[in-house]
Amino acid sequence: MTTLYTEDHEWLQIDGDIVTVGITDFAQSQLGDVVFVELPKIGRALKKAEAAAVVESVKAASDVYAPITGEVVEINDGLAAEPALVNSDAESKAWFFKLKLADKSELDGLMDAEAYKAHSA
Amino acid sequence: MLATDKNSTLKQTPLHALHVARGGKMVPFAGYDMPVQYATGVLKEHLHTRTAAGLFDVSHMGQIVLRAKSGKVEDAALALEKLVPMDILALAPSRQRYAQFTNESGGILDDLMVANFGDHLFLVVNAACKAEDEAHLRKHLSDSCIIEPLTDRALIALQGPKAADVLAEFCPEAPDMKFMDAGPHQVNGIACFVSRSGYTGEDGYEISIPNDQAEALTSALLDHPDVLPIGLGARDSLRLEAGMCLYGHDIDTTTTPVEGNLIWSIQKSRRTGGARAGGFFGSEAILAQLDGGASRQRVGLKPEGRAPVREGVLLFADATSTDSIGKVTSGGFGPSISAPIAMGYVPTSHAKDGTTVFAELRGQRMPMTVAPMPFVPNNYKR
Repeated sequence: MTTLYTEDHEWLQIDGDIVTVGITDFAQSQLGDVVFVELPKIGRALKKAEAAAVVESVKAASDVYAPITGEVVEINDGLAAEPALVNSDAESKAWFFKLKLADKSELDGLMDAEAYKAHSA
Repeated sequence: MLATDKNSTLKQTPLHALHVARGGKMVPFAGYDMPVQYATGVLKEHLHTRTAAGLFDVSHMGQIVLRAKSGKVEDAALALEKLVPMDILALAPSRQRYAQFTNESGGILDDLMVANFGDHLFLVVNAACKAEDEAHLRKHLSDSCIIEPLTDRALIALQGPKAADVLAEFCPEAPDMKFMDAGPHQVNGIACFVSRSGYTGEDGYEISIPNDQAEALTSALLDHPDVLPIGLGARDSLRLEAGMCLYGHDIDTTTTPVEGNLIWSIQKSRRTGGARAGGFFGSEAILAQLDGGASRQRVGLKPEGRAPVREGVLLFADATSTDSIGKVTSGGFGPSISAPIAMGYVPTSHAKDGTTVFAELRGQRMPMTVAPMPFVPNNYKR
């Protein structure tokens, strides 16, 4: 499995044509204490760069954009009950949603861990 | 580059270096470079203030001495009554009260604290309004009063259930003060102005300190194990839970004190039939609303579900109507009640506690219940 990153501080874990999406540890540290996460409905067809989820801290709301085009096949229900998971475990347990990849070439422009580290430094 | 250029135009309080040294995340606010939070984070800073004691730098706010040329505080009080719908004459020495500057149409120019310091009045006004407030005072009161902005003093707030015990170690008479007592006190041997008041709904104090001693006193207070530095983020969530207005958001020149649900702050003596009824800017509009009611008012709002409903969100009478009936003016998450809370304006017909209104959030109508404020009980020592 490969993990890739977007300029908007999302991570994508690629497992065949299923892509798990979350926000990076850097992103959660910038947002502060997360108190609410709104996720897309299962079955929703997301276009790349479309607002897909909302993550709210005490102070502000931020959109999370679909990093690629695809259909939502699973969402992380655990985030509704425990939004603080985004702060404590952003890059694993606090995944947001899983997409069925529509166009593999959309992955080409994404960063690997090293490139992302430089981007968020 | 951009950030540096921007920061160079921002003003700094006397405690700026202290914030940076203690890990404050600095943001522009009302022309100042201020800490929005520290490493502790907004949530924990908020909860710490409700359970122990939090220290806030509010030095960006304006501190103004209003002194009558006659030397009599009564004359300064009567002069100020032309600008506020409050009874200032009856304000006893060493007491403080909440007030609003009003305009000709009854709108609010700023909200402020007024204290009677024996031979003069001491005013604390909002940072974003302080230049206009000073000009307003000079324009209308210069014939009878001397207006002296105190630019050589910092202002901090120590808030929370442990604030009195903490401050007692530096100012033994502090616990004897009652809510809204205010006056000069020695704190750690420094000549300060201390009031037992704040903007959190908790017991606590606001302390005006000479600039050159502000950092030393603030550091000494922060070294106390019960005290943490608190940023503007938690200051906002604390005052929202306490149901208090943020000027420029919940009240402004388009809202009157009656619409703003601030009737409690207008004493009987300034209302119709009172000893000094009217006689302030906008008195016609404000007294008419006091007597006949206002068509809309500020209310507390509790969203159903977990999603915070924030400033600017439109309100509707039901799930389908196309015309909005009002707007959210402040909203977010209340860490102490672990639920979203908001305030906003609705028609008086929809202002009764328990009424359901709908917020339009990301294209969906979300029910909200009109709720009494404060959302968290006040903890004042009266």
